[in-house]
Amino acid sequence: MILWRAIVLAALVATAPALLAGEIPPDARRSGYFFMGPDTRAMQDDDTSNPGMLFVLDGEALWAKKAGSADKACADCHGDARSSMKGVAARYPAYDKALARPVTLDQRINLCRANHQQAAPLPYESHDILALSAFVAHQSRGVAIAAGDDPQAKPFVEQGRNLFMQREGQLNLACTNCHDDNFEKRLAGSPITQGQPTGYPLYRLEWQTLGSLERRLRSCMTGVRARAYDYGAPELVALELYLMARARGMPMETPAVRP
Amino acid sequence: MAALINVPAKAKRGDIIEIRTLTSHIMETGFRHTMDGALVPRDIITSFTCRYNGAEIFRADLFPAVAANPYLSFFTVAKESGKLEFEWIGDNGYSSAASASITVE
Amino acid sequence: MQTTRRKFLSFAGGVTVAGTIPIVTLRPVEATPAMLNTAIRNVVGEAPIRVGKIKLDIPPLVENGNTVPMTVNVASPMTADDYVKSIHVFNEKNPQPNIGNFYLNPSSGRAQISTRIRLADTQKVVAIARLSDDSFWQVTAEIVVTLAACTEEVN
Repeated sequence: MILWRAIVLAALVATAPALLAGEIPPDARRSGYFFMGPDTRAMQDDDTSNPGMLFVLDGEALWAKKAGSADKACADCHGDARSSMKGVAARYPAYDKALARPVTLDQRINLCRANHQQAAPLPYESHDILALSAFVAHQSRGVAIAAGDDPQAKPFVEQGRNLFMQREGQLNLACTNCHDDNFEKRLAGSPITQGQPTGYPLYRLEWQTLGSLERRLRSCMTGVRARAYDYGAPELVALELYLMARARGMPMETPAVRP
Repeated sequence: MAALINVPAKAKRGDIIEIRTLTSHIMETGFRHTMDGALVPRDIITSFTCRYNGAEIFRADLFPAVAANPYLSFFTVAKESGKLEFEWIGDNGYSSAASASITVE
Repeated sequence: MQTTRRKFLSFAGGVTVAGTIPIVTLRPVEATPAMLNTAIRNVVGEAPIRVGKIKLDIPPLVENGNTVPMTVNVASPMTADDYVKSIHVFNEKNPQPNIGNFYLNPSSGRAQISTRIRLADTQKVVAIARLSDDSFWQVTAEIVVTLAACTEEVN
């Protein structure tokens, strides 16, 4: 097994110089879905069994609900999300010219609220922001991830990659140590996945609710005994962007279900 | 609060049909504590009822051991066209309802 | 049976607070075997409990104890004279021994229910069916609950 991997990697280094040792070749990438058991898969597969769909439904209602002093709903500008939002979440985090940095889908929703609805921002991980982003991202289910393609986003993808490769915390582990080098092995009872962010926001059985990729990243950081970045911190956004760019071409699954 | 109801839109008379329901609820157990040691009070759905054209066909008592966003699946015989009504009742005066119609041929 | 299924959505007047509670520590008291027996006797009374007829379908090794899918099925013709009145599910080591009571009748057609449960630890789950002749039938399953490697609990 080890020998087989070494041969595969050697071959890849020869043919694909952009791929650093330890990084997962494109056709070997697997969604977290691949690592979970049949019961959890079944929960995701059927929309009426998938608790994430409850949030999508709430998000659909919020999409049409007027908010803020502009008294406008998302739908008043964007119309039917089924067409206007298709593929949008697959491109997030996306570079924002005015801010000269990438923003997450959650941040984009709050920018819309501030600029167009004159509404207060929805707090990170609040029910409403998760519901709205789940509803928007759900419109991209099955769409190939295409984040990080914008040339202006490239430095931030690079920043995210550096963070992914950098050891941190009391356990002195980098993301790559688990998610590039040791996926398919187990940590305590749980399989180590590749950390492909295909289904966010997703319903985690552990959380018993929907949560964002940032929440997941923060738990990983706590797991390696590092201090987690605050929600919305540029480092978290860069990591999110790198992960989405790393999953480029993989289909969106929102709302995924994970253990 | 959202609820997802999965009922076949059409059935043949005498068919045994599966009914699946999923509803939003935190199902706070009443056994957890905050960081400063305060008990988080229990807040759960305690009872679920399904009626088929007014007659109760299924009922459940739920306890804190039922997972958040309670999911229930059960069966009934498709007898006649009409309405299935679902009702969830819980702590702190919680009550929510949903319905679905079925055509039986 | 027709396979066309309809997704039906409704927004009923609920009062659930959807906010997240800051990090909570989970140090549950455990139900004791005595509590489990008492909970079972509260349902069954002094009647004998037999083994058989009832099947409990639950993963032996669960991915997360917070949401464990479970199906209970009872072999019964579900006729007016011979049907399952109720199904009762219990656990051994959660803070409370009860999981759920499910009430059926002949028009149920099939004596089967599914739900998702919480299991605080590796433990025994017991399901008991009460038939229309007031006989009780039991099944027990041992479930191994593993803890996730990187949970959010900081304490």
